[in-house]
Amino acid sequence: MALLDIRDLSVRFHTHDAEVHAVSDVSLTVQPGETLGIVGESGSGKSQLAFAVMGLLARNGQASGSVRLDGQEILNAPPKVINRVRAEKVAMIFQDPMTSLNPYMRVSDQMAEVLVLHKGLSKRAAVAESVRMLEAVRIPDAKGRVRLYPHEFSGGMRQRVMIAMALLCRPKLLIADEPTTALDVTVQAQIMTLLSDLQRDFGMAMMLITHDLGVVAGSCSRVAVMYGGRIRELGPVGPLFADPAHPYTQGLLSAIPRIDTDEGELAVIPGQPPDMSRPPQGCAFGPRCAYRRGDCDHRPPLASFAPDRWRACFAPLAELRAGTETRP
Amino acid sequence: MFAFILRRLAIAVPTLLLLIVLSFVLMHLAPGGPFTQERALPPQVLANLNAKYGLDDPLWRQIWNYVYGILVHFDFGPSFVYPDRTVNQLIADGFPVTLTYGTLSFLAAVLVGVTLGTLAAIRQNGWLDYLAVGISIGAQVLPNFVMAPLLVLALTLWLGWLPGGGWSFSDPSFWIMPVIALSTSYMASIARITRSSMLEVLGSNHIRTARAKGMPERRVILRHALRPAMLPVVSYLGPVFVSMITGSVVIDIYFSTGGIGKAFVDSALNRDYAVMMGVTILVGALTILFNLVVDILYAWIDPKIRY
Repeated sequence: MALLDIRDLSVRFHTHDAEVHAVSDVSLTVQPGETLGIVGESGSGKSQLAFAVMGLLARNGQASGSVRLDGQEILNAPPKVINRVRAEKVAMIFQDPMTSLNPYMRVSDQMAEVLVLHKGLSKRAAVAESVRMLEAVRIPDAKGRVRLYPHEFSGGMRQRVMIAMALLCRPKLLIADEPTTALDVTVQAQIMTLLSDLQRDFGMAMMLITHDLGVVAGSCSRVAVMYGGRIRELGPVGPLFADPAHPYTQGLLSAIPRIDTDEGELAVIPGQPPDMSRPPQGCAFGPRCAYRRGDCDHRPPLASFAPDRWRACFAPLAELRAGTETRP
Repeated sequence: MFAFILRRLAIAVPTLLLLIVLSFVLMHLAPGGPFTQERALPPQVLANLNAKYGLDDPLWRQIWNYVYGILVHFDFGPSFVYPDRTVNQLIADGFPVTLTYGTLSFLAAVLVGVTLGTLAAIRQNGWLDYLAVGISIGAQVLPNFVMAPLLVLALTLWLGWLPGGGWSFSDPSFWIMPVIALSTSYMASIARITRSSMLEVLGSNHIRTARAKGMPERRVILRHALRPAMLPVVSYLGPVFVSMITGSVVIDIYFSTGGIGKAFVDSALNRDYAVMMGVTILVGALTILFNLVVDILYAWIDPKIRY
């Protein structure tokens, strides 16, 4: 059974003058222990997908569909239920470690309260366990530093504290929302290595949200490509990168600068992402697509075209493959 | 921190001196004097009076004598208008009254204001929010000189529950109406500041983290959000506390409480230089003190602030 089973998840935001379709009909699963990457540009709905799973949508957001964790329905669950699920079964770390920790509380207090509340530990035992977890995320002198405030840590160290805090209750699933975007490149690599190691040691599954395809290639087993709030392509990382089956995936991959070729100008995807307060009738990528055809005025369904591979596109695969090969 | 407090107290001394000199000079620049009356006094009488109170000395000497009296004898001089009273006595009589109803009003305004503002923020755009905002606006547009007679009308004349004026330290029924009349508009401001600052804090990333950790909403509000949300409220409260405990002429007049608010206004109207200076120095010193208290509170709330 899948650890996380998302079915037909949609997220709408009601604003003053419009209804924004942030996520539409997303279905996917995360198996125990695996890492699923979710990629897409800003505004593609990938973070809102994660917030919907955690029940952390902004007040004007409304989620529909189904999210099952370990068989338990958690979408729009009552606060008591979702609070038990959070931290104990699914934890989340965020993009900006500089502001995600509470600047007014000592690290020991913000970490210990999780264990006191969820595990019924005494404050003393909870702090001791927090120190052990800080050591697990390789913070030197954890015993001394646990008494510090977040502003006394560097960005990378703060993200380590966030990770340690998220893992305190040994969740089965960790949702990482662009965990390295705000960090220096060298620190990024350290954090990704740390996450992979912890994932192995703790045997947890991870949903890694990122727009960095290099990170996906390095640490995910499967990847979902999102555009305009919908999944465009879903499949194992190797085949999907080698043989992208959606023009958008293809565009993303060719937009990565390569160190081994001197290609002059970087390839770009022409045009702008769609305005999700007025989602297009047909394929949302259509206006920017080089393979656009007549039936793209209808919405292409996400369909399987090979074992474990899915795509939402009408363009013939042969035509796409020819495009991939002629890529500079 | 200790060095910071010492430094601030050291700066307070020249600040107070400057305050004394400026208000002294300004007061003497204004035309007229304490003995100017509708019917002019005979010149010889006026000259005698001026000589008795030292008003015929050059201004610099007057200031010197005044400051010297305060520093050496803690003597703020005699009242010019009530010959048998000294300023020290006037303040000693009035200030405890003002301090009592001012402090009570302050506590009431903070407790009700912060609670109302927090509830409004939690239930943003719900009926509780509209109710709280409605109460705040109502309390703010109703000035205390309208509030005070309305209270007397309702609670004394119609219902007969409370004494309509006067003051007694042993009978709290005298305190209630002054406290309500003085606190409502401050309460409304505190509620509005709390609401907007709480809304801002509730939208911040670390609150999202607290929720992601599975903290119950009550704990998110009280343990994670309230403290940072209090920062703007605290900076508003410093000067407010001073103006509340140094009295309100409206309260003193409507409820005949005998606080220093009325004494201050009377002194200004009567050119009672000494009383006016005394109250000015009291307000100035308290303002300096509570600005320091606010700064200390700031450092206590926000660990990033260190002096």
